[in-house]
Amino acid sequence: MSLNRREFIGIGGAAVAGMALAPGLRLIDLAQARSPDETVTSLKRWGLLIDIDKCQDCNVCVTACHEENGVVGHGRPATDPQWIRKVTIKDKQTGYVQTLPLMCQHCESPPCVDVCPTGASFKRADGIVLVDKHICIGCRYCMMACPYKARSFVHEDTTDQKPHAPRGKGTVESCTLCVHRVDAGKIPACVEACTQDGNQAMVFGDLKDRNSDVSKNLASGLSVQLRPDLNLNTGVRYRGI
Amino acid sequence: MAAGLFAVTLAQAADVSGAKSKGIGPTVKIHRGEQCVEPTEDMRRNHMKYILHQRDKTMHQGIRTAKHSFKNCVDCHADPKTNSVQGQDGFCSSCHEYASVKIDCFSCHTDKRDKNAVAVAPFKGTAAKGAPP
Amino acid sequence: MAQAHFDTIEGRGPGFYLLLAILGAFIVAGVLAALYMEHNGHWVTGMSNQIVWGTPHVFAVFLIVAASGALNVASIASVFGRQLYKPLTRLSGLLSITLLAGGLIVLVLDLGRPDRLIEAMTYYNFKSIFALNIILYVGFFAVVAVYLWMMMERRMNDYTKPVGMFAFIWRLTLTTGTGSIFGFLVARDAYDTAVLAPMFIIMSFSYGLAIFMVVLMAAMRWTGRELGDAVFGRLRNLLGVFVAAVLYFVVVHHLTNLYITQRHGIEGFILLHGGQFTQMFWIGQIILGSVIPLVILFSRLGKSRAMVMLASLLVTMGGVAQMYVTIIGGQAYPMPLVPGKEASSSFFDGVVASYAPSLPEIGLGLGGIALALAMTVVALKVLPFLPKSLSDADADPHFKAEPAKSEPAAA
Repeated sequence: MSLNRREFIGIGGAAVAGMALAPGLRLIDLAQARSPDETVTSLKRWGLLIDIDKCQDCNVCVTACHEENGVVGHGRPATDPQWIRKVTIKDKQTGYVQTLPLMCQHCESPPCVDVCPTGASFKRADGIVLVDKHICIGCRYCMMACPYKARSFVHEDTTDQKPHAPRGKGTVESCTLCVHRVDAGKIPACVEACTQDGNQAMVFGDLKDRNSDVSKNLASGLSVQLRPDLNLNTGVRYRGI
Repeated sequence: MAAGLFAVTLAQAADVSGAKSKGIGPTVKIHRGEQCVEPTEDMRRNHMKYILHQRDKTMHQGIRTAKHSFKNCVDCHADPKTNSVQGQDGFCSSCHEYASVKIDCFSCHTDKRDKNAVAVAPFKGTAAKGAPP
Repeated sequence: MAQAHFDTIEGRGPGFYLLLAILGAFIVAGVLAALYMEHNGHWVTGMSNQIVWGTPHVFAVFLIVAASGALNVASIASVFGRQLYKPLTRLSGLLSITLLAGGLIVLVLDLGRPDRLIEAMTYYNFKSIFALNIILYVGFFAVVAVYLWMMMERRMNDYTKPVGMFAFIWRLTLTTGTGSIFGFLVARDAYDTAVLAPMFIIMSFSYGLAIFMVVLMAAMRWTGRELGDAVFGRLRNLLGVFVAAVLYFVVVHHLTNLYITQRHGIEGFILLHGGQFTQMFWIGQIILGSVIPLVILFSRLGKSRAMVMLASLLVTMGGVAQMYVTIIGGQAYPMPLVPGKEASSSFFDGVVASYAPSLPEIGLGLGGIALALAMTVVALKVLPFLPKSLSDADADPHFKAEPAKSEPAAA
């Protein structure tokens, strides 16, 4: 049956409206977990905002991270690995004391990536800085280069590693931003623990998405990078320093 | 020397058809499923290539499909008694000890089955003592 | 001037075998130390997450820097055409190879995964100065091997100059790279400076020549070959100049840092309250390593062979001390996480990291030195590296025979 003009305009309008809406529907798709067979892209950049005024003496983030990733100590503080730690900072002039959690800052221009001779230290397209332990030769040059002392060297044999977090003697490791969780659409263990059991100081999300919680939070107040003079454009930002 | 190389290649090609013929070879125990993610002969020759290629894709591109996931291999092939792919009857060790080829994987990766493993084939044995939950 | 003649050393007496035995013992100790470290993991050493590069790196970097400088003597002959140095070129080339080999072995055996050496040579991140250095070090062996061939085969002697020039530029690049390993690090106050690259170059001249003189004097003495005053005096004066130049760079580096208020912390640490590092700096690097050798080399004391040997050994030890202060001291000083605030944590933020060299580390480092020397000793026996004579008559291009005492009276 042939269409009359009114019906044609109606159907045409519906089609245009559908085409206008469809991108919006796609955008909602992107906000959820990337499917496991898709390559990561630089359309996203993962980041953290930490409001240290809320931190106080709590350290559930540290416990959660080390539990999640199977990071165990051996009673040797100098050589035991730490992927995240609470740092206490005291103003030299005024004596004002604060604490903040410090982990790999996932810089945009990471010095550790520049110096790695084999390219084992690398930045993934979505901004997460990782160590490819298949090619790490354990030279520790990245540890010399990191301005935040974020990396640890595995000084002894490892056993009972978590299946999602391989770690071995003689290689260098650091916070992975829980890449195994992020890839599955979840948030890092530290952020989850802070939100559930801590003081809700941490917000995680896509820095490139203006509508994400972390971006809206960052845009609404002050925040700083650690060692901003180095111009590394870190993915972890702090509020309250 | 060319003749020698030719002979070796022939021998290898012949090997594809039946590695366990004449009773020579390692004893490999399979506990789960009827068939691996790739055909057995393909796996025997090329599992190294799959592992090496997949690890780069996972690390650098974030690809975590279950099919070639190393963790998945371990979860499926782990011996239910020891929960491991190494050790005396371990799936990986049984061949690698026999062929005396040292592997590096387990200096970092756990050789134990993930208790919360999904996407693995069902266990072939009965739910007797020693079987995983 | 007579043509330079070279000869292998005899290498048969009890002294020779005793020397090899002693060096061999140190090498075995080094191997055992490396195995111990690799098997147990680095927790058995003094290194930690705070001091990630320890005593092995001090020795390794020292040997690598000295290796580059040891080739200097050959360069002076080939590139700058100084005849007096011509008989010394072969030993210079040999020593540069053996010292580099010793240093690299220590570096490789200290890696967390030395079994992955092949990966280090096949996966390259070309932005990393470390990776570029690996290429330069491996290439150096090839370049010097060719250089030695040009020197030692008569038909190829004409090519000594161009190959020597190539080797000279190669090693300047190499040493610049070694200095830049530290100079390029923005994170730490002790590094992050362009002056480290040229300073390492001048350090290489000094340490390389010092070790060269020790080996030359010992080798000539123990094989009964003469070392005349001309060669001896020239090398002595040259060493004095290089030691003074290193001191100049050290002064400039610290003086500049003292002008930068931001760097007052690290300067106060090294110069005043760094404990072992301050002592190592003033006593090891400055007094024993620079001032006393300068006094010896430029005063009447310099006429004595024994005193100059002492000066050379002191320069060598001062070099190790300088590496210790630079490498370990630079790591011990805490990084400024938030300027203006004192930091503290469970990960030793904000505090000076403690470090003491452990036995396996020292064993590995000394093993590397012993390996370099042992390779040199064996090579001297196998091929003619050592000049037969460095007496004034043979070596001095300006040598004039003593005039006869009585002259026939003019009629």
